[in-house]
Amino acid sequence: MSLDLLTYLFIGGSFALYIGIAIWARAGSTKEFYVAGGGVPPVANGMATAADWMSAASFISLAGIVSFIGRDGSAYLMGWTGGYVLLAMLLAPYLRKFGKFTVPDFIGDRYYSNTARTIAVICTIVISFTYVAGQMRGVGIVFSRYLHVDINTGVVIGMAIVFFYAVLGGMKGITYTQVAQYCVLILAFMVPAIFLSMQVTGHFLPQTGLGATLDNGQSVLATLNELHRELGFAEYTDGRKTTIDLFFLTAALMCGTAGLPHVIVRFFTVPRVKDARISAGWALVFIAILYTTVPAVAGFGRVNLIQTINGQDNQGTEYTAMPDWFKNWENSGLIAWADKNGDGKVYYQSGNAFNGKPAFAEERGEFGQRITTNASDSANEVYVDRDIMVLANPEIAQLPAWVIALVAAGAVAAALSTAAGLLLVISTSISHDLMKKTINPNITDKQELMYARLAAIVAIIIAGYFGINPPGFVAQVVALAFGLAASSVFPAIILGIFNARMNTQGAVAGMLVGLVSTMAYIIYFKFMGGTADQWFLGISPEGFGTVGMILNVIVAFIVSAMTPPPPAEIQQIVEDIRIPRGAGAAHAH
Amino acid sequence: MSSNISSAQAYWKENLRIIMTYLAIWFVVSYGCSILFVDALDQIQFFGFPLGFWFAQQGSIYVFLGLIWAYVFSMNKLDEKYDVHE
Repeated sequence: MSLDLLTYLFIGGSFALYIGIAIWARAGSTKEFYVAGGGVPPVANGMATAADWMSAASFISLAGIVSFIGRDGSAYLMGWTGGYVLLAMLLAPYLRKFGKFTVPDFIGDRYYSNTARTIAVICTIVISFTYVAGQMRGVGIVFSRYLHVDINTGVVIGMAIVFFYAVLGGMKGITYTQVAQYCVLILAFMVPAIFLSMQVTGHFLPQTGLGATLDNGQSVLATLNELHRELGFAEYTDGRKTTIDLFFLTAALMCGTAGLPHVIVRFFTVPRVKDARISAGWALVFIAILYTTVPAVAGFGRVNLIQTINGQDNQGTEYTAMPDWFKNWENSGLIAWADKNGDGKVYYQSGNAFNGKPAFAEERGEFGQRITTNASDSANEVYVDRDIMVLANPEIAQLPAWVIALVAAGAVAAALSTAAGLLLVISTSISHDLMKKTINPNITDKQELMYARLAAIVAIIIAGYFGINPPGFVAQVVALAFGLAASSVFPAIILGIFNARMNTQGAVAGMLVGLVSTMAYIIYFKFMGGTADQWFLGISPEGFGTVGMILNVIVAFIVSAMTPPPPAEIQQIVEDIRIPRGAGAAHAH
Repeated sequence: MSSNISSAQAYWKENLRIIMTYLAIWFVVSYGCSILFVDALDQIQFFGFPLGFWFAQQGSIYVFLGLIWAYVFSMNKLDEKYDVHE
């Protein structure tokens, strides 16, 4: 069977499965719509959390990032898993006991203030929209590359599918589709990884394969280091980021992860406090399967990429002899080649081959390559977009066509599962936190459910618009999402649980300081041309969320010490959420 | 009532002690082994990996997993001890 047919079959089959589940798990009440009725078993919730969490970025981009930046990629690997330790111990059990539907619910009630609630709503919506735009784009890229439809058509198809099960099923539909999506995406990630590992090292487990010894008598990592030295790159196992930057970046990603509303809300769906802890454990098990494989995929992919392009003898390869994947991705604009020394051979080494992203002219060159217009002075001839690593890996390693089709279906599953979780959070924020809690408390359950569905529809359309017309700064705004979560939502929740004396004034002042300082820093360096030598203590904008968080906590303590303590009934709430018993009962009322 | 309150306080104190212990390990592994002392650990070879690199890209994740499950079991025991389980 041809690759096209297989891809249609795999993606079409998985879509049919998701829609079937959505019809089976329709939501009838707001409680089912928001938190799946609070009755999801912990293993299923762990799996759904893992699918919710692992987005197009984890599936498509992460291995590429690690592959291209080597050891520094550990900030992402640890940041996006270590956050679950914080979630399990510092947030999930207490929020589950609190027993409402959303993060703004907790912040608004705990700090007895609609100002605090509104700040939390704004953070939630901004964080979720920045994320969801990237997911829609990911769906579009997969469709355009594998199904040869226009990227925009791909985005519209993705929108239609998410629309169907998010609007119909709410959290209940989403949870059970996410379980299915997890199975698709993990299979799609592991199968090629195991193939690669067997091929390169003979090890079945990619995790140990990365440490294996190759035919040349050296380990994979030592071989990579040697290749990197020859080509002028820094060694693969050496970091280039400063220690302080790596430290703050890792902390910002960990605390940001623990503060992301669409992840936190998943812990509202289990029956008991105990189950919230257990499902955090399961979530990390399911996430770790992928995350511990990523470094291996990154390493093998890097070796294969360099050796395929430069040849075993490291002399470069004639363009006309390059494999199909090279030309396919060149057609997608994610690979580019400029024959700088005029020898007709493709050669990859350290340096930026182009000034910024490659720009293509209409016509083709003498070998059939796309002509580029902005080649740089560097001797490096090749641009490889790091986002293609996972998608191109099976092709680079010449794996069978069904593996390639499976990877395409997995990438779509990863993007759709995350998009659905985010859209639910957006619609809940609008129908529950804004309409019901702030604007009109008198609406009925049925009306609230209608608002939730309407908000989901509007959110999908906006997300689709961003997917079709991506703001040129999607990558930059992701830093903003983590920075915001780490500097505002995360400390506000932690203080609310662990400090009974914390009051409205302290929490609001802290959130505002954290929010404003982090946003100002990111906007200055990402959008207004600030340069790296101006970084505060050498901390990159991506890592500044940690500084914002520290400022938040300091300001919150100072302000709350100077203002009256919270009322007795609030202190009572804090006492209450610290004790597990009664979560199920409280929820049933 | 007063015994209830003091029991709740004792429960909370033990809970905090458990969290502090596990978070200390969490900090040492992720920020210590993988970031601050990574170059020193890289001198040691571990199944074909420089040890610091292994911690940074694999080992820390396994430790995180172990920590969450250890926490789950510690808390289940603690909940029973103070009779606050469901």
